[in-house]
Amino acid sequence: MENKKVQNPLKKVLIICSKGNLEDVYAALVMANGAVMEGIEAKLFFTFFGLDAITKKKMNNLRTATVGNPAMTMPGGIPFPTILGILPGVEAGVSIMMKKEMEKLDIPPVGEFLDMITAGGGEIFACKLAADMFKLKKEDLSEHVKDIITVGDLYALAAGEGVQIIFT
Amino acid sequence: MATTTIAGKEINVNDEGYLTDPTQWTKEIAIEIANEEGITLTDKHFELIEYLRNQHLSGVQLTIRKVGTSGIVDIKGFYELFPGGPLKKGSRIAGIPKPVSCI
Repeated sequence: MENKKVQNPLKKVLIICSKGNLEDVYAALVMANGAVMEGIEAKLFFTFFGLDAITKKKMNNLRTATVGNPAMTMPGGIPFPTILGILPGVEAGVSIMMKKEMEKLDIPPVGEFLDMITAGGGEIFACKLAADMFKLKKEDLSEHVKDIITVGDLYALAAGEGVQIIFT
Repeated sequence: MATTTIAGKEINVNDEGYLTDPTQWTKEIAIEIANEEGITLTDKHFELIEYLRNQHLSGVQLTIRKVGTSGIVDIKGFYELFPGGPLKKGSRIAGIPKPVSCI
């Protein structure tokens, strides 16, 4: 049986997540999980505010910005008023709504998502520079994290053919 | 779309090798497709294949998360049964379309 085969398939991806917003973290998680599901080796690296996604105390409370987020709209399509976004509880409320929509599409919470990625062989790393800056140690980070590494180690992880580095 | 012969039966497949008509599937077809993927099917595989087929035929959108909570395998087990693309390979062997899902 002749099947359509992908020419020069991707062998490995290194995904860097530098932001801590709900949507930015999930973009990186979906990309990493998608890679392992396709049999592509995946390494996921969190830096700066992305460390929130792998910090035990913060990983289940990620939020999306309701102030200064020009892409955010009200249901119905009109732009989200900044004056609404600054009110107490609005950021939390909108973030919860987004999480509910994701749950409907069977997208898991961050912890479970990391379980899925590591179950498929994906590896999770934290940036040493950012961890030092935020005074985080390995104990503060989720048990999914393989190691805290330097930028040199990061580039070593990207060695090989058929590798792509994706920055989110 | 093309017609090909697998396990002595003529069946319709798309250009990625997925059955276009799940009702044409038989266990022998599953075994032969699995051999192509380098997988030898065991009872556990068939248990999972039956689950995948039932979910698809009931119109449920399959995700890897669902399989992990199916009670038949956990996600690590799923990757062990169908290495290098569990949902992709599992669905092809099960004679159902490739799931259209990003998760």
